[in-house]
Amino acid sequence: MMHSDTPLTIYGEQFNSRLLIGSALYPSPEIMQHSLVASQAQIVTVSLRRQNSVSAGGDFWQLIKDTGLRVLPNTAGCHSVKEVVTLAQMCREVFATDWIKLELIGDEYNLQPDPIALLEATEILIKQGFKVLPYCTDDLVVCQRLADLGCEVLMPWGAPIGTGKGLLNPYNLKTIRERLPDHTLIVDAGLGLPSHAVQALELGYDAVLLNSAIAGAGCPVTMASAFNHAVIAGRAAYVAQAMPEKEVAAPSTPTMGMPFWHQN
Amino acid sequence: MNISYNGQALTLSQPQSLLEVIEAQGAKAPFAVALNGLFVPRSTLAEQRLQEGDSIELLSPIQGG
Repeated sequence: MMHSDTPLTIYGEQFNSRLLIGSALYPSPEIMQHSLVASQAQIVTVSLRRQNSVSAGGDFWQLIKDTGLRVLPNTAGCHSVKEVVTLAQMCREVFATDWIKLELIGDEYNLQPDPIALLEATEILIKQGFKVLPYCTDDLVVCQRLADLGCEVLMPWGAPIGTGKGLLNPYNLKTIRERLPDHTLIVDAGLGLPSHAVQALELGYDAVLLNSAIAGAGCPVTMASAFNHAVIAGRAAYVAQAMPEKEVAAPSTPTMGMPFWHQN
Repeated sequence: MNISYNGQALTLSQPQSLLEVIEAQGAKAPFAVALNGLFVPRSTLAEQRLQEGDSIELLSPIQGG
């Protein structure tokens, strides 16, 4: 008999897929569309930029609307509380959602979130009715403070954005999971391989959010399918509860009735 | 009157509202607007009168990660 599972819950909404996917960096709009389908993701991230920039506008938005996916706008590129609050408000009007993937960068070198400004911005936006999904570091206390402010979802990084390094600090991620057992936890950024997603789900994370690992693959559509299977496998492994690790070998084949038992 | 529109310098021959400038620039929906770094709801664009040195940002959907 299979163990039953619960769906992914984000601010009261339930989803069957545990993969959130980005819409950037694909070789073409067509490949993006096929990748979104292959991923089986139900949530896609988007952003806002100046209308006179190369690709911002209604054509892209129509492509996304045609997918029927739930949209999660981000505040990528913001470096201050004022910027991030304004961009979140603009996203809410354009995308007609109070969800916001809150990105507030504190360092240009590794695009590390600014934990102090992130807390300040989160407090402001929650008071304005936003449902904040903060992109944060894997710092337990920062995650706890974000939870205290009212975040039901937390998104610590696996590694810096776009590096593909996987989970750099599984101990920290595991500790956050153990200390915040009732929050929805999503590893956001830094994943490069499906095995990284499996590891995150095996640790008990509820989902992963990624973009570059799929869009930057040699065949994004195939990689999107691989990540879909990875989150399914990782979640099933978590629900199934892994065997305890041991320090010494233990035979799996019965030793009772063994012929020629140590006759030499 | 000199203002900035999405980072480009713009000279207005007469006082105008935020909505008038946006329409004159050929903005296409969907978009959201900020004036001097602060969000301006769509419903109030016509009420907002521009002043010397104002900075308009008009943003539209784009790919995001």
